[in-house]
Amino acid sequence: MEPILEIRDLHAEVDGHPILRGIDLTIRPGEVHSIMGPNGSGKSTLAQVLAGRDTYTVTHGTVRYRGQDLLEMAPEERACEGLFLAFQYPVEIPGVNTSYFLKAALNAVRKHRGQPELDAVEFLELVRQKSRSVQLDERLLNRAVNEGFSGGEKKRNEVFQMAVLEPHLAILDETDSGLDIDALRVVADGVNRLRGPQRSFLVVTHYQRLLDYIVPDFVHVLVGGRIVRSGDRTLALELEQKGYGWLEAAPAAAAR
Amino acid sequence: MPSTTDQTLQNWESQEYKWGFVTDIETDSAPPGLNEDIVRLISAKKGEPDWLCEWRLKAYRHWLTMTEPTWPNVHYPPIDYQAIVYYAAPKKLPKLKSLDELDPKLRETYDRLGIPLEEQRLLAGVAVDAVFDSVSVATTFQAKLAELGIIFCSFSEAVREHPDLVRKYLGTVVPYADNFFAALNSAVFTDGSFVYIPKGVRCPMELSTYFRINARATGQFERTLIVADEGASVSYLEGCTAPMRDENQLHAAVVELVALDDARIKYSTIQNWYPGDAEGRGGIYNFVTKRGKCLGRRAHISWTQVETGSAITWKYPSCILLGDDSVGEFYSVALTKGRQQADTGTKMLHIGRNTRSTIVSKGISAGHGQNTYRGQVRINRGAAHARNFTQCDSLLIGDRCGAHTFPYIEVHNHTARMEHEATTTKIGEDQLFYCNQRGLSREDAVNMIVNGFCKEVFRELPMEFAVEAQKLLEISLEGSVG
Repeated sequence: MEPILEIRDLHAEVDGHPILRGIDLTIRPGEVHSIMGPNGSGKSTLAQVLAGRDTYTVTHGTVRYRGQDLLEMAPEERACEGLFLAFQYPVEIPGVNTSYFLKAALNAVRKHRGQPELDAVEFLELVRQKSRSVQLDERLLNRAVNEGFSGGEKKRNEVFQMAVLEPHLAILDETDSGLDIDALRVVADGVNRLRGPQRSFLVVTHYQRLLDYIVPDFVHVLVGGRIVRSGDRTLALELEQKGYGWLEAAPAAAAR
Repeated sequence: MPSTTDQTLQNWESQEYKWGFVTDIETDSAPPGLNEDIVRLISAKKGEPDWLCEWRLKAYRHWLTMTEPTWPNVHYPPIDYQAIVYYAAPKKLPKLKSLDELDPKLRETYDRLGIPLEEQRLLAGVAVDAVFDSVSVATTFQAKLAELGIIFCSFSEAVREHPDLVRKYLGTVVPYADNFFAALNSAVFTDGSFVYIPKGVRCPMELSTYFRINARATGQFERTLIVADEGASVSYLEGCTAPMRDENQLHAAVVELVALDDARIKYSTIQNWYPGDAEGRGGIYNFVTKRGKCLGRRAHISWTQVETGSAITWKYPSCILLGDDSVGEFYSVALTKGRQQADTGTKMLHIGRNTRSTIVSKGISAGHGQNTYRGQVRINRGAAHARNFTQCDSLLIGDRCGAHTFPYIEVHNHTARMEHEATTTKIGEDQLFYCNQRGLSREDAVNMIVNGFCKEVFRELPMEFAVEAQKLLEISLEGSVG
């Protein structure tokens, strides 16, 4: 099967400081990959670079996404092509109603795909259904985007948006951080419900805990901007026992 | 790698006003400069009665004793008042045979603003044909309004046809000695509008379309007087989202509103005058005095303004709440970009008992734009149980613009209830990236954030203009994002 994402020897830096130092990663349709690693290893940078954040400069390497050169695409183009990033720190946008925002986003994506835009009634129906699936209080939809949302509500709102936008590749950047166990379960359920043969996930996390709920097909350990070990979910369990220390000294293992 | 914010700013800078000046127009004008003879000439040209000529002269003599205010937070080179031409006969505008001859860019703007074709023809100065006859439409309007006893005409016509009404109310809200620019206007005003709504009559239409048809005839010293008699109500819209060209740099208008018992006046403004070039040269100085007086009990005056044009905007649409239980409101969106400067806000003067006022001000600054909110709320000793709510928000785009707030609150009665909220926010790269990541372009994202910021004010506009105002902001913001 054609890979959905193919990263080859990716290097990226911020303000002249190298952060990613040669990432290789291949994700095929339907697969769930998890990126783990200690703080400062480059996990979030990888997520942001894939989404097109311009504070990071790619200095070397290639990224193919569904047959296209991802690095050549503007951030909104990547989004319209079905790449979704659930942010670690979702930003507040005062004055912009959540459901209005999401309708504009959905219609931008639909327009890009050559689908007709949804009218207000169709949209409302879709939103009702999806918000129930992540147990998001519908009243939040009438508030400004993320404004005054609790930490858990923000993360749930990210997963809710993902459910509405139905991406091909969803990147979750530490979606578990700051969540209590109940919220974690709701978020994980939301993700699991979206799993399917055509949809892939890249789950960035610091803790193994999330992977109890979102069971990955592959686990990669990122240390110092390189993937130093790849394995299945047992690797995550091993990490939980041993910590990251034993890998930081280990030589880089080739990724799949 | 250059930051996107820099690009954004550069784009703001480089964006030019898309509509140049109309030049080469026939004029029949007085020599430049101002003296008593010029004031008399203006009055004579308009065939005014002696009392009005005297009033103008008193205003002129008082103006001579005044100095131009320097307290506004705006900067401009000194104005040479002797270099201005104070009387010019109404000009003949170049006639186009059809809209096809119009600058396609201007045409596109009209279309995008959603201005009906008939109005486009009038705005563009297209020769009127059988399809649309402005005179007959105006006449139809007039007839309909006349049936209800509503007077709606040019100021000059009102002076001729309804001198008693004009004399009774002119200068009662903005006296000629009020301020430098009001005094100047009182001496030399050329024309404007007059509205009188009789007792108990609700004006059945927005006084807007008709006004827009006549908008081109208004000069740089405009005078408007609106009187709503007991129980009357009227909604009036001034200006137009369509870009306005004018070769006069100084605009000093005066607007007076009078609301008697239970009367209601809603006055909405959309201002899109030429803002000047990238360095701010040549833009309009919009120095306006607007004030309403709630003379009667339970009177209600509401100002709504969307200010996107002019090099300098200096205006404070205000309310004098004289009648008990009267209500004053001010809703404002002011956008400054490039080298534009705005010092705008309101004054709410509470004199009667149980008077209430609401102020919602939204300032948007981008480029080198400087946006100042200046508002005064005064509760007089006799104004028992007065209430005021003020919300004053600033939005910054980029890091070379400025937002300033000068609230003045004076309370002389301890039963008053005052609320003041103020926020300053900046459109951040984080917000734009978040929107991008959901599939929205930078431009769409900025529009969405700006519209969200302004919606409490847009809600107050008559509906069709709310839509136009939103589009106007979008067009004004165009090219602002990389």
